[in-house]
Amino acid sequence: MRQRRILPGFGLSMGITLCYVAVIVALPIGALVFKAASLGPEDYWRIVTSARALASYRVTVLSAAAATAFNLVFGLALAWALVRYQFPGRRLIDAMVDLPFALPTAVAGIALTTVFASNGWFGSFLASMNIKVVYTPLGIMVAMAFTSLPFIVRTVQPVLEDLDPALEEAAQSLGSSDLNIFRRVILPLLTPALLAGTSLAFARSLGEFGAIIFIAGNQPMETEITALLAFIRLEEYDYPAAAAIASVMLFAAFVMLAVTNYLQARALRYTAR
Amino acid sequence: MKITLDNVVKTFDTFRAVHGVSLEIESGELLALLGPSGSGKTTILRMVAGLEFPDSGRILFGDVDATDIPVRERGVGFVFQHYALFPHMTVAENIAFGMKVSKVRRSRAEIDARVNQLLQLVKLPGLGNRFPSQISGGQRQRVALARALAVDPKVLLLDEPFGALDANVRRDLRRWLREIHQELGITTIFVTHDQEEALDLADRVVILDQGKIAQMGTPRDVCRNPNSAFVTRFLGDANRFSGVSSNGRVTVAGVEVATAAIPDGPAEMYVRPTDLIWSREGQGVPVRITRVLDRADGRRILAETEDGTHIEIDADVDLDVEAGQRGFVQVKRANVYGAGA
Repeated sequence: MRQRRILPGFGLSMGITLCYVAVIVALPIGALVFKAASLGPEDYWRIVTSARALASYRVTVLSAAAATAFNLVFGLALAWALVRYQFPGRRLIDAMVDLPFALPTAVAGIALTTVFASNGWFGSFLASMNIKVVYTPLGIMVAMAFTSLPFIVRTVQPVLEDLDPALEEAAQSLGSSDLNIFRRVILPLLTPALLAGTSLAFARSLGEFGAIIFIAGNQPMETEITALLAFIRLEEYDYPAAAAIASVMLFAAFVMLAVTNYLQARALRYTAR
Repeated sequence: MKITLDNVVKTFDTFRAVHGVSLEIESGELLALLGPSGSGKTTILRMVAGLEFPDSGRILFGDVDATDIPVRERGVGFVFQHYALFPHMTVAENIAFGMKVSKVRRSRAEIDARVNQLLQLVKLPGLGNRFPSQISGGQRQRVALARALAVDPKVLLLDEPFGALDANVRRDLRRWLREIHQELGITTIFVTHDQEEALDLADRVVILDQGKIAQMGTPRDVCRNPNSAFVTRFLGDANRFSGVSSNGRVTVAGVEVATAAIPDGPAEMYVRPTDLIWSREGQGVPVRITRVLDRADGRRILAETEDGTHIEIDADVDLDVEAGQRGFVQVKRANVYGAGA
C-alpha cells in the first residue's frame, strides 16, 4: 500500500533536488574527472606524484590536521563556555564565532598576515620569542584554523545545549568525579557531533585557498598548498595537469567523508533499534 | 538510616520554594512526599540528595549533619523522573557505572557478578547488553533503580518514579517497588503528585502545600482525618457545600446535615461522592440530576442543588436513575471546616 504523505510535493522537491545535485555538484566533478582522464595513466601518475605535488600534499594535509586538532580542543572549549556559563558579552562572542564564515577569505588572509607579520601586533611579540608565523607552514595552520573554527563550535553547541542535566546529576549521585563525568558521560555523547564538526573543519582546511595564499609565502616544496599548485597549473594553461591534481584532492575528500561517516555511525550505534 | 530535616528553608527566584520543613524519617521507612506541582516536594527530595542545598536549617543522616555534604559523598541512590540513563552505555554498563567510578577498586568479575545479581533483583535478566533506547519505559525505570542500588546507598530517593509511564505499568511497578523495599529494608523517600500512588505505596505520607507540610501520617490517618480543606480536596474527589455552623451543628440549604466542633459562623463541608446517599424521596438536600456517568465499578451521578451547587454522588451499578430526575441526598460522612480554613 502506498504510504500517505503529510504534505504533497514529493515530485517537485525530488525534481529540484536531483536537478540541483546534477548541475551544481555532479557536472563540475564529472568535468574534472573527465579532464583528468584525458591524460594517459602514465602522464597522470607522473603529474600527481611529482616531487612538488607530493610536497604540497604533505604541507596541506599536515597543516589541516594540526589546525583541526587545534580547533577540536578550542572549539569544544568555546562551545562549552558559550553553553554552560552566563557572562557579559556571551551573545557578542556567540555572534563572532560566525565571522570566519561571513568574511571573504582573502580579507581574512590579509588581516591575518598583517597581525602576524614580524612587525605586526602578534607577530612582533612572537618574533621576540623566535617564532615566525607568516610565510611558514605555521601561517598556513593559522589561516586554516581561523576559517574552520565555526564548524566545530556550531556542531557541538546544540548537542551540548540538549544534554540532559539529570545525566550529570545521576553520575554525581553515583559517586563520580567531575573528570569521570566528562570523560565517561559528556565526551562520549558529544563524540558524534565532534566527529561531524572535525570532518567538516578538516575538509574546509584542505580546500582553503584565499586566506592561505596571502600568509603562506607560497614557496614551492615548502609552503605551497595543493589548491595553489592546481591554480598555478591553470594559469599555465595546463588544464589536464590542474585537473589531475584537483582529482587527488577530490579523492582525498571522498575517502575522508566516508571514514567519518563510518565512525559517526559507530559512535551513534546506541540510537539504533 | 534515619533522616531528620530540621526547619529546612530554600527559596528560588521561581516558585518552587520550601518554607521551614521539619520531618523525621525512620530507618527502613517508605515515605511519600505528596503535593501538587510547585509544592516544593521535589526540592525537598533534592536537598536530601545533596543536589540542592538549603538556605537554612539542617539535614541529618543518623546523627551526622549532612547538610553540606555534596551528593557524590552522601551515599544516596537517586532515581530520576525521566530515568537519566546514560544512552551510550548498555544496561549492564549503566548499572556498573557507580562501581567503576568508585574509589573502592573492584575486580571485573566482582562488578559483573553484582550487575547480574541486580538484574535478577529488578527482574530483567538477560537484558544487560541492550541499550536504553532498546527497552521499554518501565524497563528503563527498573534499570535506573538497579543502577542506584548498585552503590549500596544508605537512602533511596525517587523523583516521580512512575510519572512518565502508563497506568497499568505504573500499578505493576508500584507493587514491585514495595516488594523490593520489603526485601532490602532501605530507607526510601519518593515524590509524587498522584495521591493514589502515595497511598498505595507508602508507610507514611507527607502532604505538602506551597512549601509547607499540610499534614503527615499513615495513609489511614490522612484519609480518615484530613486536617484541612486542602488535604481533603487533594486526596480525592470531594463535594463542597457552604453552610452555617451554630451550636456545633451545620446547616446546608436549610437542612441540618452534620455536627462538627467548629466555631459558629460560615462553614465549608466536604463530602466524598461515596458518602452521599441518593434517594427519590424522603429526607435530605433536594437535588436535580444533570448527567449520569457509567464506570466499571459503579455509576457517578452529577447533580445540582437548588442554589446551583454541582455535586457528584457515587451509586451502585444497578441503581436506575437518569438525567432530569429529582431527588434528595443525605450525608453519611463529612468533614467540616470553618470557612477559609
